[in-house]
Amino acid sequence: MTVWADLVGQEPTIETLSRAVSDESAMTHAWLFTGPPGSGRSTAARAFAAALQCPQGGCGECRECRTALDGSHADVKVVATEGLSIKVAEARALVQEAALRPSVGRWRIIIIEDADRLTAYTDAPADALLKALEEPTPRTVWMLCAPSLEDVIVTIRSRSRHVRLRTPPVEAVADLLQRRDGIDPAMALYAARAAQCHVGLARRLARDEQARIRRRDVIAMATKIQGVGDAIGAAADLAQIADEESSASGAERDAAERTRLMETLGADPTARTQPPHIRSQLAALEREQKMRATRYGRDVVDRALVDLTSVYRDALVLRLHSDVDLVNPDAIDKVRALAGVFGPEQLLAAMDAINEARDRINANVPPLLALEAMALQLRVPRDLGV
Amino acid sequence: MTDPAVPPFVLVTGPEGVLVERAVASVLHAAREADAEVIRIDPATYESGALQMHASPSLFGGAKTIVVRDLHESPDELQLDLLSLLAAPDPDVGLVVAHGGGMKGKKVLDTMKKAGARVIDCPAVKTDRDKTDFVLKEFAAARRKITSEGVRALIEAVGKDVRELAAACSQLVSDTEGTVDDAVVDTYHGGKVEATGFRVADATIAGHSGEALRLLRHAIATGVDPVPIVAVIASQLRQLIKVGAAGRGSSGQLAKSLGMAPWQVDKARRAVGHWSADGLAVAVQAVAAADFEVKGGGRDPVYAVERAILTIARARAAR
Repeated sequence: MTVWADLVGQEPTIETLSRAVSDESAMTHAWLFTGPPGSGRSTAARAFAAALQCPQGGCGECRECRTALDGSHADVKVVATEGLSIKVAEARALVQEAALRPSVGRWRIIIIEDADRLTAYTDAPADALLKALEEPTPRTVWMLCAPSLEDVIVTIRSRSRHVRLRTPPVEAVADLLQRRDGIDPAMALYAARAAQCHVGLARRLARDEQARIRRRDVIAMATKIQGVGDAIGAAADLAQIADEESSASGAERDAAERTRLMETLGADPTARTQPPHIRSQLAALEREQKMRATRYGRDVVDRALVDLTSVYRDALVLRLHSDVDLVNPDAIDKVRALAGVFGPEQLLAAMDAINEARDRINANVPPLLALEAMALQLRVPRDLGV
Repeated sequence: MTDPAVPPFVLVTGPEGVLVERAVASVLHAAREADAEVIRIDPATYESGALQMHASPSLFGGAKTIVVRDLHESPDELQLDLLSLLAAPDPDVGLVVAHGGGMKGKKVLDTMKKAGARVIDCPAVKTDRDKTDFVLKEFAAARRKITSEGVRALIEAVGKDVRELAAACSQLVSDTEGTVDDAVVDTYHGGKVEATGFRVADATIAGHSGEALRLLRHAIATGVDPVPIVAVIASQLRQLIKVGAAGRGSSGQLAKSLGMAPWQVDKARRAVGHWSADGLAVAVQAVAAADFEVKGGGRDPVYAVERAILTIARARAAR
């Protein structure tokens, strides 16, 4: 058992990082982890942090390792956002913290899990980090995670050492699900494949029946849309699923946070109107919660669209007789039907339409409108009977 | 207050500012005729007890009329003082209270009604029909005539704000003679168009691309942002498609199942006959592309909307 156990299918990366732990001359103060979503960027960063703090270089058993892995180590700060972006004030606070010497461990480590979200309004949050990245305090290590190099500004890129993670093989992900979460082999393999090797998603698919049903519904969309009315209906369904999910998971937590804030402020929860200073704090909380809901709703739609793309990708694989594994062997009839009615160009056009919708949603186009425009381009010429 | 024309309590309810002002002014006019002293109370700066101080008999005697505006925004102290004044009415003190709607100050309203206050209602003037009635009443009160085209032209030109509409009416009444028709209105308000996203969307979906572009330019010149305009076009196209796909059925039932208002269903029904399914598909895609562009995806938001309008009009023609 070592700290690297949960980082599957990334042997070259593990080797690089292990060498940095054991050999001072291979170590540097700023690391940039990139890789496709779910490949384990933040897992890699945490494992690396644990290995650096551990007296044995990453045993996975000692107190240092365990606290660093679960994010509670005093000298390992993990920054992630649930909103749409990390604000410049937060970035400046990190710079302050980075100037401190480590308190109990060997290094002070700051992990930014969403370095691609250092973008509140401008690039200012990212710019705020530059000085600290360039002239680091001794024994301070920055670890930034982003999907790709293009997602961080070039001045951060040039100030950090780049570690690229690859998409882990399906078998490795399935193996991890069996070993760590005790999921049975068939389900683990299905989930790993359906999640396209996104470890977190695969785990969720394997453990949550609702998530599997939703995925199946989304995939069924591909063969169901015939008329313009169907397209608008399907888009509305998809947008509604996202709304429901984000409000269902958020409402309880929002209420709990509000109650806790009221307690902290000593406010009377039964009062009809609160005094101004409490009202303003409550309003700020509500804004934050709303931002979180927006992010969550968008993430749900985005995930659904990735699932939808996979069907067209599979149809393209069949159509071109390529020798690669399918993502959706469980929906093979739908994939075959699509490959039957669409040529490669049309399949690619459909995938483009889906990606365009994802881009548009990211650019603040209302999800419903973007999905409608997409669904209209996914119309099938006749009833496919699947 | 001995004059029976001015009841001791007058309650002016409703949100329409112009009407409230007129109602209050007419009551005060009557009060002044009756030689009463008029005292205005400002709820925003009210201090507890001030009302009783004003209401107490003055050294020189004489009647008083106290005017309280914006009761719906008044602090609790003012409401409490009003209630105690109402509990022990003074025959020499008249009270005029204006309430803009809402739950705040409800108790004062109820107490005044119970005390036999004269209630003057000032309902909001919102729809075109309300505005038409308003204009007709204005002209009738001045014993003048206006043609129905004249009313329509006037509402199109200055109908956004009721206060402005009232001012325009009084201007036309005092500056012109004889029946007012659309030509007269045009002389005074020609070229001014109240363009909203809805009117742009209506013209676009009806296929009048020239008219739609003109309205779009008006709307943007008067400060409407391109973003809501695109949103309105999108929602109207959506309604068209929903109604088109829903098939037959009474508009009431359809409205319920589609989550729309019955008049929206009827309107969409009339429009959808001119559209083909593919045309609608092209239109929705044009709107989605425009929405992306007005939110930073393109260089020129206004051009993005213009292009969408032209594409939509062409899609309609291509059936």
